[in-house]
Amino acid sequence: MNWVVDNLGLILELTAIHLQQSAIAIVLGFVLSLPLGWVAWRYQLVKGPVIVLTGLLYTIPSLALLILLPSIAGYPARSPANLIIGLTIYAIAILVRAVSDGLDSVDPAIRQSATAMGYGGFRRFWTVDFPLAGPVVLAGLRVAAVSTISLATVGILVGVNNLGYLFTNGLQRRILAEVFSGVVAVVVIALVIDLLLLLLGRALMPWTRAAKVPAAARQTATVRAAA
Amino acid sequence: MIEFRNVTKRFPDGTLAVDDFSLVLPSRKTTVFVGSSGCGKTTLLRMINRMVEPTSGEVEIDGESVLGGDPVALRRRIGYVMQNSGLMPHFTVLDNVATVLRLTGVKKAEAHKRARTLLDTVGLDQSLAERYPSQLSGGQQQRVGVARGLAADPNILLMDEPFGAVDPIVRADLQQETLRLQRELDKTVVFVTHDIDEAFLLGDQVVILDKGARVVQVGSPSEIIENPADDFVAAFIGADRGRRALHLKQTPRGTVVVDSEGRTQGAIVDVPDSVTDALLSEESATKGAP
Repeated sequence: MNWVVDNLGLILELTAIHLQQSAIAIVLGFVLSLPLGWVAWRYQLVKGPVIVLTGLLYTIPSLALLILLPSIAGYPARSPANLIIGLTIYAIAILVRAVSDGLDSVDPAIRQSATAMGYGGFRRFWTVDFPLAGPVVLAGLRVAAVSTISLATVGILVGVNNLGYLFTNGLQRRILAEVFSGVVAVVVIALVIDLLLLLLGRALMPWTRAAKVPAAARQTATVRAAA
Repeated sequence: MIEFRNVTKRFPDGTLAVDDFSLVLPSRKTTVFVGSSGCGKTTLLRMINRMVEPTSGEVEIDGESVLGGDPVALRRRIGYVMQNSGLMPHFTVLDNVATVLRLTGVKKAEAHKRARTLLDTVGLDQSLAERYPSQLSGGQQQRVGVARGLAADPNILLMDEPFGAVDPIVRADLQQETLRLQRELDKTVVFVTHDIDEAFLLGDQVVILDKGARVVQVGSPSEIIENPADDFVAAFIGADRGRRALHLKQTPRGTVVVDSEGRTQGAIVDVPDSVTDALLSEESATKGAP
């Protein structure tokens, strides 16, 4: 415990860096997955290849990706951008599928009804399709967020500083408390972000929690008898 | 007035849903398309608001082809009520009713005000305004669906089997409500159903359809019951059985009408005795014949 108390400043600093790197990757991954997921959903022909391809991305070993990407794209492996790009790719792998599945989960009758009311395509997507895909997309986003936060620690192996430092440094110096504090910090961030996403979902999608009214209460809620 | 002129619709999979259909639907009347499932009645309805575009032929509203303008603007001018209500599950009742008003650029406060008035029009309690559709009964959802269809005060209201999924008691209630609304609002209503009783109850003009939207008979309910065009219609409307195969029966307190099961359906009123006497003697004569 002494080590933790003495190094609280370092832990907090690394936590902030770690959070920043993860957050950028999650947001980027989400934004890029929207059009990709939409294309995969809209054009059934490309759906298979897009889903398989993005799924395959996830099987690339993370360390290899962080070494290969900079050598292909020509930027330094040590830069935080390298890690963020890598993490974004993994987030996309999860989220493209989530977006596509989410859009699939929207009742076609609701979509038709919206068209019949006079929604144009673009407006319908943002006011009807996307919000209704929300619960499935959010479930994917929560998985992507937690996995990104955990995965980010690998950055230390190519020289990108974050909570992963506590693992490698703790291992080299044989300070078990340091390694543990790193694990705890990662878990805490992941849980906090997951909770925030959950609350955000509740705030943005109040209809998903609208309690079903029992049949008895419905009758007292009075449909006036037909005149 | 809505006019179909030689309209044909062949879907990409080769199905001929509508084959050379022509008909005039008079303004401010209710026209009911009735037929078994797959006869093309919903396709006909959806060609009016261009949810489906004809392969050939013309659909005109007041002499103007629906294919001419912007389909989105067209749909906002035409009310649409569908089976299972088709309400937006993520909108409150009020937002659902206000949908078309908001689409046409009415400010939120004003749209909500008008939506509240519409809840009264369709007989829904104001306390339901902030609920989500999942919190309503099937009948209440359909009422919200009707209110939404009427919100922008369209001249034309399309109703696609709107009461097909609610229980019989609620359905009867909604049918009466529809009749009342039609008396009050005077819209051109196009109604699709597979229920011939519903068609006769609600329709000024009833169109009986067979496969490929082939018109078997068009007429007022009375015309069709009094003079079915062929055996298909007679069988479809059940002219030879049940509630429609009626005959007279003399009772000590007057003449009554009984159905084919022998159940009394009503009494003859306001008819001179001479007429019922004549009818009864004619009937006993037919019965007496070998």
